[in-house]
Amino acid sequence: MSKPKPKIRKEVVPMPKQDPKERSSNFNEVALGYTEEQTVAEAERCLQCGEPSCVKGCPVEVDIPAFINLIRERRFDEAIRKIKEKNSLPAICGRVCPQEEQCQANCTLGKVGDPVSVGRLERFVADWERERGYEIPQKSVSTGKKVAIVGAGPAGLTAAADLAKLGYEVVIFEALHKPSGVLIYGIPEFRLPKKIVEAEAEYIEKLGVTIKTNAMIGKLYTLKELLEQFGAVFIGTGAGLPSFMRILGENLCGIYSANEFLIRVNLMKAYAFPEYDTPIYVGEKVAVIGGGNVAMDAARCALRLGAKEVKIVYRRSREEMPARAEEIENAEEEGIVFEFLTNPKRFVGNERNWVKAMECIRMRLGEPDESGRRRPVPIEGSDFIMDVDTVIIAIGRSPNPIIQQTTEGLQVTKWGTIVVDENGKTSLEGVYAGGDIVTGEATVISAMGAGKKAAKAIHESLMKK
Amino acid sequence: MYRIVTKLELVSHINLFKFSAKEIAAKTKPGQFVILKVDERGERIPLTVAGADVEKGTITVVCHEVGKTTKQLGSLNEGGCIQDLLGPLGKRAEIRKFGTVLCVGGGVMVAPLHFQAKAFHEAGNMVIGVIGARTENQLIFEDKMRKVCNELYVATDDGTRGYKGLDFLKDLFKERKIDRVVAVGPIVMMKTVSEVTRPYGTPTIVNLIPIMVDGMGMCGACRVTVGGKTRFACVDGPDFDGHQVDFEELMARLKMYAPQEKLAFVFYEKGGRSL
Repeated sequence: MSKPKPKIRKEVVPMPKQDPKERSSNFNEVALGYTEEQTVAEAERCLQCGEPSCVKGCPVEVDIPAFINLIRERRFDEAIRKIKEKNSLPAICGRVCPQEEQCQANCTLGKVGDPVSVGRLERFVADWERERGYEIPQKSVSTGKKVAIVGAGPAGLTAAADLAKLGYEVVIFEALHKPSGVLIYGIPEFRLPKKIVEAEAEYIEKLGVTIKTNAMIGKLYTLKELLEQFGAVFIGTGAGLPSFMRILGENLCGIYSANEFLIRVNLMKAYAFPEYDTPIYVGEKVAVIGGGNVAMDAARCALRLGAKEVKIVYRRSREEMPARAEEIENAEEEGIVFEFLTNPKRFVGNERNWVKAMECIRMRLGEPDESGRRRPVPIEGSDFIMDVDTVIIAIGRSPNPIIQQTTEGLQVTKWGTIVVDENGKTSLEGVYAGGDIVTGEATVISAMGAGKKAAKAIHESLMKK
Repeated sequence: MYRIVTKLELVSHINLFKFSAKEIAAKTKPGQFVILKVDERGERIPLTVAGADVEKGTITVVCHEVGKTTKQLGSLNEGGCIQDLLGPLGKRAEIRKFGTVLCVGGGVMVAPLHFQAKAFHEAGNMVIGVIGARTENQLIFEDKMRKVCNELYVATDDGTRGYKGLDFLKDLFKERKIDRVVAVGPIVMMKTVSEVTRPYGTPTIVNLIPIMVDGMGMCGACRVTVGGKTRFACVDGPDFDGHQVDFEELMARLKMYAPQEKLAFVFYEKGGRSL
């Protein structure tokens, strides 16, 4: 009789987390990461499918079964090397990728139980390598050609890494004083520690990439000027323009765009004021308008900054919320209150021009709209007043317009995104684009996928010249 | 890092700095601003540019020690460095031949006004300058302004020098035909000038620098109401039609962090921050 196969665990190994009570008053990372034993136990659950469907769900096509198999054998150095063949920012992706919609959505094991937690495994080996010091891959022979990247966010960093490995001289022009884009200014410390972001950006530099900060293309140099010096240009300027509600009283003091709030807290470290110079004001009653990840991030930051009550005000219901389920759960555990099917109509100020209340109306769900989600319809006569002293508007971001405004001949959509073909090529010769500047606000990993695709197209084009 | 190549104390607590920033200098025009950050833990502050020397590769800013960051900047000397300098930001001032241009500046902002007045002068305009300060010993750039203005008026809030306040502008407008007005200075001053010119319908351009963080359209902290619409001073401005600006809202928004600014200042003075 052959030895029976060990039964596969249907349940995912739970992620150790900071206690909700404790973490709601600090900015330390919430998810603590698997131990080595937990990592191997989770890796053991992988079925090692012959035709793995997880890989198809990954925008950068990481060979997921291969790296998981290496983890099973505790060959962590080889596992991270395997990931890095395709993904230069694994510690970041392991933390903020929506794996449940990508690799894990297709996991065979997911049909009978929990899918394998690919992200947590990726995170473990990425952290394992960072703690021991990065292995820098050998440089390819120089092509003697130069490529400029505009914007040091996920798309730009990925394109830069791939091109540097192929032997190009790559310069990234970043407008902010630090690289990494939304990873450094948008996503909070407790979800993505900044030392990890900084370390991964440093890794990109170690690949030979030059990152030039405080360099805003469109102002310091035009795109055309870059084309005179570089063989190709990749635009990854992202979606950084905050949307507002355009309702009465929106410019009262105490009302922030989520972008302003998060830039102050994350990039400028306002939570450590006055040790850091940038201030932030958070009152006792905070309302965050919106239902995406940015709204969750802002709400959880406000709570950590001492707010007594933080409400998420969302015009649809829980089912339609675009935020990751995990982030909604985390927010709930920490005590964030959800006001579903509610929309602000106007903001009311006090005599000093500070917001003191918000007039709201209840909504119901009507017929589906273009997005396929049921359209929220106001319920007449349901108006009510919500007392607030801080409001954070997190209803979306639109593409940064400076390059489009300052570059003649660059084809742009009516939403302000840049038009590209399937390889990321724009209407201008030698100019490529990818990430949120092309798709509108999306995920870190889809931007990385676009950066990767454009890098490949740039390489193919420049090799012909 | 950006090196300070020149530092001059113009009057007590008002310093002129020239930073070595070749690329920025090559692109900066009157009306634009830069954002600087002194060190790792510093805040980003916007400063309107008071001059750009393309050959020497420097840009000039003048700032008043009123808070923590400007005080810290004032403690730096020639040869010292600041960590970050971003620019040029905002749109360029519209400089062309208008005829007679009245350039009104107040306080430390007389320096960036001079950058514009000089350009108006070079564009062939008759330039009437007005420079103001709280009191006589706070006046800056008088000689420089005289060189680029066909006429120059001086005013102080307390009357210690020249006219007392800006009421004399009303008489000036009764007597003279003025084609364009540019006001760069404290909000109250820009508001006063806009009210004087409103009955005459003279185009009046004000240069607004509200509180901002990134300076490139991302945070929306600098939003101002102009003609009933919300605009971002950093990317839609900093120049706006003074007759359309909601100055009251702007003033309230500028005070948003007053308690925190005071705390930061005291903390700095007591040597609380160590790096």
